[in-house]
Amino acid sequence: MNSGIPLQYFLILATVMFFTGVYGFLTRRNLITILMSVELILNSVNINFLAFNRYLYPHKLEGMFFSVFVIAVAASEAAVAIAIIINIYRRFTTINVEDVNEMKF
Amino acid sequence: MASNQIMFILFSVMIVVFSVLTVTSRRILRAAVYLLFVLVSTSGLYFMLNYQFLAAVQLTLYAGGIVVLIIFSILLTSHISQNFESSGWKKNIFSAIAALIGALLSIITILDYKFSATTEVAQEVNMKLIGKSLLSTGYDGYVLPFEIISVLLLAAMVAAIVVAKKVSPKSAELQNLKQ
Repeated sequence: MNSGIPLQYFLILATVMFFTGVYGFLTRRNLITILMSVELILNSVNINFLAFNRYLYPHKLEGMFFSVFVIAVAASEAAVAIAIIINIYRRFTTINVEDVNEMKF
Repeated sequence: MASNQIMFILFSVMIVVFSVLTVTSRRILRAAVYLLFVLVSTSGLYFMLNYQFLAAVQLTLYAGGIVVLIIFSILLTSHISQNFESSGWKKNIFSAIAALIGALLSIITILDYKFSATTEVAQEVNMKLIGKSLLSTGYDGYVLPFEIISVLLLAAMVAAIVVAKKVSPKSAELQNLKQ
């Protein structure tokens, strides 16, 4: 299935995706779009894990299980983050990070 | 060119283009849909690497679960037609420079490093093996992280419900008294 595609191509693709996510994380101001950038970053890491597993250690399953756990952590992170975002919206009626600058309850 | 190379090029072009659109689009709902495209093409890459189980998990959990959650929260918190103003050009340029430098360093390192090819026979990844590994306590077992992740998911579920639920009238009164 993956003959003729070097490992490096997968790694470069994941790198580009990762740093696109970093760029979004730095420039976005809306909390939900920041969360979307974090999802991009986590996804690129998963691609790396699976490519390493398939190309360098095909007789083991470590990379695959790490990806399963990363996906589970990403799902719980998204759930908690969205709950917090909705709570912030109720209190400040905005989710712009520059307007949400007080932590006093 | 073999068909798998064409598929790889297609998926990688889709991933790169749509992830750039995700972080640059001025309309938030469109950004969420572009993120959905990125996640679906990532699951295509997993199919190419022969991890069918993980590709299915990616499709159901990411594309089906998280994106729907994100779209719901967008609809709850912002107006669809609203474009948000671009952040200052200074911030954009410096972030782009930081991302470019990081990407260049990583790509140079990747191209420089000699990965040693393996001679091991590839293992067939089937559901039976995945289930046995997840619940085994032996050498190749993952029962401890599996249990920890189940506790984490439970805690996240409880936390999401507690944080997002409406404030009861009594505690709202208390807040008003404090202010």
